[in-house]
Amino acid sequence: MVTLTIDGRKVQAEEGTTILEAARENNIYIPALCYHEEVTPYGACRLCLVEVTRNGRERLVASCLYEVAEGLKVKTDSERIASNRKMIMELLLARCPNNKAIQDLARQLGVEKTSFKLDDNQCMLCALCVRVCQEVVGVSAISLVNRGVDRALATPFYEPSDVCIGCGSCAYVCPTGAIGFEDIGNTRYIRWPNNKMEFKLKQCKTCGNYWAPEKQLEYIIKRANLSPDAFDNCPDCRE
Amino acid sequence: MTKRENNRLGSPQELEALRDSIIKARDPNQLCIVVCGGTGCLALGAQEVITAFEQEIEKGGLKNKLALRITGCPGFCERGPLVVIKPENVLYQQVKSEDAAEIVSATVKGNIVDRLLYTDPDTGQKITYEHEVPFYKKQKRLLLGDNSNIDPTEIRDYLALGGYAALSKVLFKMSPEEIIAEVKKSGLRGRGGGGFPAGIKWETCRKAQGEKHYVICNCDEGDPGAFMDRSLMEGNPHSVLEGMLIGAYAIGGHDGYIYVRNEYPLAVKNAQIAIEQAEKLGLLGKNILGSGFDFSVRISRGGGAFVCGESTALMASLEGKVGEPRAKYVHTVEKGLWEQPTNLNNVETWANVPLIIKNGADWYAKVGTEGSKGTKIFSLVGKINNTGLVEVPMGITLREIIYDIGGGIPGDKKFKAVQTGGPSGGCIPESSLDLPVDFDQLTKVGSMMGSGGMIVMDENSCMVDIAKYFINFLEGESCGKCVPCREGLKRMSQILTDITEGKGKEGDIELLERLSAAIMDSSLCALGSTAPNPVLTTIRYFRDEYEAHIKDKRCPAGVCKELVTYLIDEEKCPGCGLCVKACPVEAITFMGKKKPVVLDQEKCIKCGACYDVCNLDAVIRK
Repeated sequence: MVTLTIDGRKVQAEEGTTILEAARENNIYIPALCYHEEVTPYGACRLCLVEVTRNGRERLVASCLYEVAEGLKVKTDSERIASNRKMIMELLLARCPNNKAIQDLARQLGVEKTSFKLDDNQCMLCALCVRVCQEVVGVSAISLVNRGVDRALATPFYEPSDVCIGCGSCAYVCPTGAIGFEDIGNTRYIRWPNNKMEFKLKQCKTCGNYWAPEKQLEYIIKRANLSPDAFDNCPDCRE
Repeated sequence: MTKRENNRLGSPQELEALRDSIIKARDPNQLCIVVCGGTGCLALGAQEVITAFEQEIEKGGLKNKLALRITGCPGFCERGPLVVIKPENVLYQQVKSEDAAEIVSATVKGNIVDRLLYTDPDTGQKITYEHEVPFYKKQKRLLLGDNSNIDPTEIRDYLALGGYAALSKVLFKMSPEEIIAEVKKSGLRGRGGGGFPAGIKWETCRKAQGEKHYVICNCDEGDPGAFMDRSLMEGNPHSVLEGMLIGAYAIGGHDGYIYVRNEYPLAVKNAQIAIEQAEKLGLLGKNILGSGFDFSVRISRGGGAFVCGESTALMASLEGKVGEPRAKYVHTVEKGLWEQPTNLNNVETWANVPLIIKNGADWYAKVGTEGSKGTKIFSLVGKINNTGLVEVPMGITLREIIYDIGGGIPGDKKFKAVQTGGPSGGCIPESSLDLPVDFDQLTKVGSMMGSGGMIVMDENSCMVDIAKYFINFLEGESCGKCVPCREGLKRMSQILTDITEGKGKEGDIELLERLSAAIMDSSLCALGSTAPNPVLTTIRYFRDEYEAHIKDKRCPAGVCKELVTYLIDEEKCPGCGLCVKACPVEAITFMGKKKPVVLDQEKCIKCGACYDVCNLDAVIRK
């Protein structure tokens, strides 16, 4: 365990954890859009910037990536931090002006409007969906394609993915609700910002309800080495 | 002693014996035609010149009398294709294949072809020898100087000049710690942009724990108009390899990579040949020179993304991943390539290392300023008479580089600014021309050394347009991972475009400043954190130009099309019709002799062709 100071408060944290983790553990709020405890930190949204002082040198770091250290002094708010966060929110608000999550966070950070021209996106390219698909689900069906301002979320070549199992984890983890996800009848629809896919749902042998994508169930059977009939019934009808 | 099965050198003595035999077999007075085969001269037709020389020598049966050597770039690209006659170093410039016969016959007779000599623009005098040309006079060519003495595809040329002696010295006479101490003492700082002290980097890397230590040469030079690293890699690849070998031995690494962009085919080719030749002689590979030290180098070709010059993005690309940077809270010297301690230096940094070892840190540290030692290669481009590569001692002033070496601005135009440090460097105005060029001084004026690009601008350059150009470049090259760089540069580009199109608003300058501050402070990597430099420096030094665009809807330099109008001065126009012919869209009508022409504003695309062609100032640009 190491002891560090966050906003004047002495805090204990395990070695190897990040400032953001240590802060959350101690109910200290640091805003972040691209962070999720289940996946590798990415450092892209830059909202979690904090000021650290080490060896007498003060600098701005991404708290989702910066590891705690003995005697580290951390400030989670200051004029410098606030002005950077506000500009980042102005930029995100210009990118996603009609997105509720972005609007709310902007307001919370003191930004009512943006100084820039308005686009109309829902996705702010935090790559949480990409990381969850790769690290948690393990299929890498979607990724961020192209470079710089042309960066976009898509399946390879914008074509239906062979490996996507339709689990919807991408939609679940998306902080801005940019990925559409809906089950209608025997079909699941997933709508990413640039393309969409449909998945056939499996029907429960007992109640007849459509309850999960066939591909997802096949994937779980294969990964967990279950018997092929393991999912013939939906969870409600299983013994 | 058993005879070796191949040519591998088994000891320092064998290296020296080979060197002696190469030197003895060479006649120092051998007449030799040296043709620059660098990318610049090749683009100007050097291949035809080379072929013509080969034919002439063959035809005249002169093979024994006259040697021909194809080399890397000597620097004076403006005047290429360049030909130098050794041993006297007679310089012929802008040589064409038709000139080959005359040069060959004059050379064997001991004559000089006057018409191909360089003419000093100040005195009008013809200059015979390369070292007397003003372009070369103030340079100190520690690194580039050997380029014209070396055929880069021939390791024997490098050996003849003392090549790999520094390697032999470190392997048998120095401990890794001594090497690191020597490099630290020399004051060598990284030439790739950051200017981090090389010795300290090596030391940290040596001490870092890992299964393997990697050594990387960064040849991903991507600044517009910059070609220092390319020319070194094309022209003297063994000096880079020798530097890497010394560094590898010092940090305890056995695996090296040269990361070079695929747009540099000649650099890739020459580096590959150099590696193969060094391997054959046992200067690379297992048990180098019988020392027990192993080191191998592989080439990894990059796809040409500017961001891959950033060390963490480069390493991601080398690993086969998307070339995106990561935060460097744990330095790459500790966890770099495949999470192992990795020492990355730029081409020019590596090339300096053999010199330091061979001549000693004290010798090296004599050149330069307090905080920046040695020489620096710049690619001098833009509105400058002598476009080319210049190698100068640190501490030389910008004025000396631009006027004494660069020959000043073409067409007697007025100097306006010089951009140093590549696209994310800054524009330095005339008032700072006497600034001694080194890492710290350039930072002080809001620019940076970068890898050594130097773009000169004259009175006809619009500084808002220049800032827009660089931001557009960086916007296209941003990897797009972090919000401030991706979204911020996009907005910056939009605002600058608006200003140049006359749609600038009150408050745009302040918004640009605010945006710049956030991008610099919060971006993930150095691309973002330096990207606003061109905007900030042009605002700092040329704020009046921004204001003229925004408030008066006027482009003082007459560059921004939307803000420029061309008019015919009816008093002055004699109706000669030159402009009528020059206009690409038939917007000007000939009204008969001695009558002024008529310009149709509706059709005019504001290209300025009429303005350029009129000898009588009868076309007005407003």
